[in-house]
Amino acid sequence: MLRIINGKLYDPVNRINGETRDICIRDQKIVEGPLPPETETIDAKGCVVMPGGIEIHSHVAGAKVNNGRILCPEDSADHFRAHTEITRSGCNGIVPTTFMTGYEYARLGYTTLFEAAVPPLKARHAHEELRDTPILDTGCYTVMGNNYLVMKALSEPDEIARIEKLMGVVGWLLNSTKGYAVKIVNPGGVENWKWNRGLIDLDIPVPPFDVTPRMIMTGLAEAADKLKLPHSIHLHTNHLGEPGNMAYTLETMKALSGSRAHFTHLQFHSYDKSKRGGFASGAVSIADYFNSHPEFTCDAGLVVFGPTMTMTADAPMEFKLHQMKGGKWSNLDIEMETGSGVVPVKYQPDVLVNAVQWCLGLELMLLINDPWRVFLSTDHPNAGPFTSYPLLIKLLMDRDFRMSWYERLHPKVREYTSLHELTREYTFEEIAIVTRSGPARALGLKSRGHLGAGADADISIYPLSDDKQKMFSSASYVIKDGRVVVRDGEIKESFSGKALGLELPVKGELAHDLKEYFERYSTVAFSNYRVEEEYTPRLELIRCG
Amino acid sequence: MDQELKVHSDVICTFCGCLCDDIEVEVLDNRISKVKKACMIGRNKLMHAQSNNPDIKVAGKPASLDAALNEAANILTNARFPLVYGLSSTTTEAQRELVQIAELLDATMDNPSSYCHGPGLMARQQVGLSSCTLGEVKNRADLVIFWGCNPLESHMRHLARYSVSAKGMFHPEGRKGRKIVSIDIRPTPTTKSSDWFIQVTPGNTFEIATLLRALVANNPIGKGDDALVGGVAVSKWRELAEMIRGCKYGVIFFGLGVTQCRGRDINVEQLALLVSDINNHTRFYAMAMRGHGNVAGGNQVMTWQTGYPLAVNFSRGYPRYNPGEFSVIGLLARKEVDAALIVATDPGAHLPADAVDHLKNIPVIYLEPHNNPTTEWAAVVIPVAQAGVAASGTFYRMDNVPLRVKKIVDSDHLSDEEVLKRIKERITHAQNY
Amino acid sequence: MAGISGLLVTVRTGKQGAEMMRGKMNPEYLEEISTLRINPDDMAEAHMSPGQKVKVSNRFGEIIVTCIASDVPRKLFFLPVGPVANRLVSGSNTDGTGVPAWKGEQVTIEPAHQVQ
Repeated sequence: MLRIINGKLYDPVNRINGETRDICIRDQKIVEGPLPPETETIDAKGCVVMPGGIEIHSHVAGAKVNNGRILCPEDSADHFRAHTEITRSGCNGIVPTTFMTGYEYARLGYTTLFEAAVPPLKARHAHEELRDTPILDTGCYTVMGNNYLVMKALSEPDEIARIEKLMGVVGWLLNSTKGYAVKIVNPGGVENWKWNRGLIDLDIPVPPFDVTPRMIMTGLAEAADKLKLPHSIHLHTNHLGEPGNMAYTLETMKALSGSRAHFTHLQFHSYDKSKRGGFASGAVSIADYFNSHPEFTCDAGLVVFGPTMTMTADAPMEFKLHQMKGGKWSNLDIEMETGSGVVPVKYQPDVLVNAVQWCLGLELMLLINDPWRVFLSTDHPNAGPFTSYPLLIKLLMDRDFRMSWYERLHPKVREYTSLHELTREYTFEEIAIVTRSGPARALGLKSRGHLGAGADADISIYPLSDDKQKMFSSASYVIKDGRVVVRDGEIKESFSGKALGLELPVKGELAHDLKEYFERYSTVAFSNYRVEEEYTPRLELIRCG
Repeated sequence: MDQELKVHSDVICTFCGCLCDDIEVEVLDNRISKVKKACMIGRNKLMHAQSNNPDIKVAGKPASLDAALNEAANILTNARFPLVYGLSSTTTEAQRELVQIAELLDATMDNPSSYCHGPGLMARQQVGLSSCTLGEVKNRADLVIFWGCNPLESHMRHLARYSVSAKGMFHPEGRKGRKIVSIDIRPTPTTKSSDWFIQVTPGNTFEIATLLRALVANNPIGKGDDALVGGVAVSKWRELAEMIRGCKYGVIFFGLGVTQCRGRDINVEQLALLVSDINNHTRFYAMAMRGHGNVAGGNQVMTWQTGYPLAVNFSRGYPRYNPGEFSVIGLLARKEVDAALIVATDPGAHLPADAVDHLKNIPVIYLEPHNNPTTEWAAVVIPVAQAGVAASGTFYRMDNVPLRVKKIVDSDHLSDEEVLKRIKERITHAQNY
Repeated sequence: MAGISGLLVTVRTGKQGAEMMRGKMNPEYLEEISTLRINPDDMAEAHMSPGQKVKVSNRFGEIIVTCIASDVPRKLFFLPVGPVANRLVSGSNTDGTGVPAWKGEQVTIEPAHQVQ
């Protein structure tokens, strides 16, 4: 049992906006009081109290993340921590080792985390790393946008059979990988890369099944809705990083309008084209369309200046990046499913493109009106490390601070962006929404992201300060499952979090011809494909529908 | 008395990096009685899995498990510079325990990749690598190059299951749809089954890769067509470069003939850069022919927990990486280690004699399913249930696809993971009291 | 003086792998890892004949193995990996890489006058 008193609560779900209220905790849940007077009590006077943070998109566990670790040992060599009685040792650079990932997120006040892209064939690897990521509850998104069984199902001419087969594939993939959501990365584009074909467009068929990116996205969106998955499709659209891709993103949004869809790291997909074909911010147009489509959610993908590492399933994009800048490059094609690439990068404020990207991301968060539909992210580590979240929060909440950065930015950046005109400042309530309550709702996590009775006792307590970056850098207390895990930025207790999976309405059966196809061309036996129970020891199933 | 026969299908063989997962095993009254589909080596591994187990020994004499565990913890906690080594043929679950033990002991930790495919990992740290999973090779590859490896003797079903005769989605005709090239210093069964065997002089991988990079990029090379590189005329290398540029999906499988020769990691660097350059023209990949069942897993576990795939030291409480300084063979040859915990590898058979000689002079705690050169002299010997036979867990294939190996028989012995957990508890206890 | 010098290359063989799995203490394993593959011209130059016991030595040690004629280049001698070959390989010779010269230690081969 635990009680928190005197804190200023921000619980947007329950419409508590800075009032001083007590919180009572018993048996890992928030409960109605009162509790016995001798209950251990935390005095949160002078502090802001929020539900634990929920990371909706981050690359922290699995094959390409570990490829990233191998790729940059120099980063690990510069950032390390010795073990203590409570914590394991490790490296906490741009791509932290797994124990460090858990500790660093916990210190920031996060209590739930989703690994954004897991290839089914290597799902066990992601789960193994998540089991070694302490404290946080975790889940993963299963990559499907270039999956052969998905594309084969989509190539079925009969409309009814097509959606049935597709639902079977999606259910089977989610079940087999213990995935939480349907992830789509450069649909059709990664397959195209394997054929050494460049051009990808909404309606250009992709070999070998001649389905188009439009069919892949709309088909999977329909399947996600029919299966009543708690989270919509999680979409990394085609043409990431290309100047002018704003137009394509708008076409994609039109294609999906009416369906739930989550557009991830939207900053990378919102570039207008300058007169000379260079980068300009398309945030105004994107936000405009987005604002009038309540069925969509997104996360921003904010850029952070400094060295970082790009790593995604978007293999062709990573290759192009490598061709452009040289340096290290790792790539991994995964049979019948997807690919991945890793390229270290550096964002510099005096480089015009990077300055535009930096402004763009912030513009999106300021121009999109509804904080329940736009979430804070850096697509860690692609646009920057998650440890920069406190800095980004300050940039959102403090306009003067934001404007002070213009000294460092390339002098021409105002010609291509509109951030300098925006005066909006995020409130605590809005920060709580874009970092916890909003993601919880988008993910269908009903017992998380709020502080009402029945919620999981996952709570962050931050010391109020004028300097918002300082405030959110190091929580005074973080409570997980009703236990104090962080005190003044130090880990006080460490244990394994839960694995979040789906309780699907259907068993997820593969159609006979698809199973046969799999057995003929996969190099893994059908019976050996499915991730076994042993990989998710503390499994919490979220009901679909 | 009825004899109970169980037939297990889709069993995973744990010998080499192929991790063939279509093996059929018949178990009669808890003894493996028949193995189908495995290669000769895999069949032997499974058929002999349950025999020739060592006794629990302390100082060469039979002992109880408790006594052995206590002695193990005692040796390790009193050591000043202990080594934790192995990880080759056991599960990632056990490997994770080993990392924690190494951390508790402020030990140095290494695995056999250190002297096999470690150079490839070091090259990846320098320049990265473009690779693919084995199914991509099966389904798409129209050009396969075996460089410095002989899979028909080391990974016997590789060609049939993945790289040559496998009938793939876009090569339903199997062998006929692919061009197979071997680069090696002498004829082998693999070179003999290739379309083109390029016999090269030893120790010239770096020069050959550098030349191929120039030829693929059409850069001037300052040598005539008759000049020899690696003992082979430039004109021949030009032919290979043309073949490479003209392929649709090419793969280089490289083995110890590349990683262990003169140049070591810089050989693989050039190879990786060659692959990267070729991608400007077509799709091209390279894959290391990982030797034993879960060496790949050992690198993965060490990387995600410590940041580095091999040669890690915890003396300061945090992981530090330095191949050469912390590599197992160097440490032992320089006699820097005063105790060792060794799991799932056989140093007595596989390490150079001077390294083995030093191991014989220090207390070694050894977890191993079978009698072998190391069980003869290790100070503490603990027999364990063999992974993939009497213990389940995760193994990573050579292309880093993780599979779950099964338990198909019962054993009197605990698994590596279970033994290590007990050693870990005793170490923690000893350190706190 | 009889004898020939060249590079010792340690390799995997199918038989070495198969016998290793049957048991490393078995005579068949010892036999395979003590079988040296050598070019027939090299053999002739060193006055050795196929099946003969020969001594292979270098600065690290010496071993007695049986030589067989094989289609291998001159001055390259092939021996399966294992504790026999390892007597001629040293951990002090890794050029700081941690990888000894498994495929390139200088050795001298001559007929063994004592049968072991």
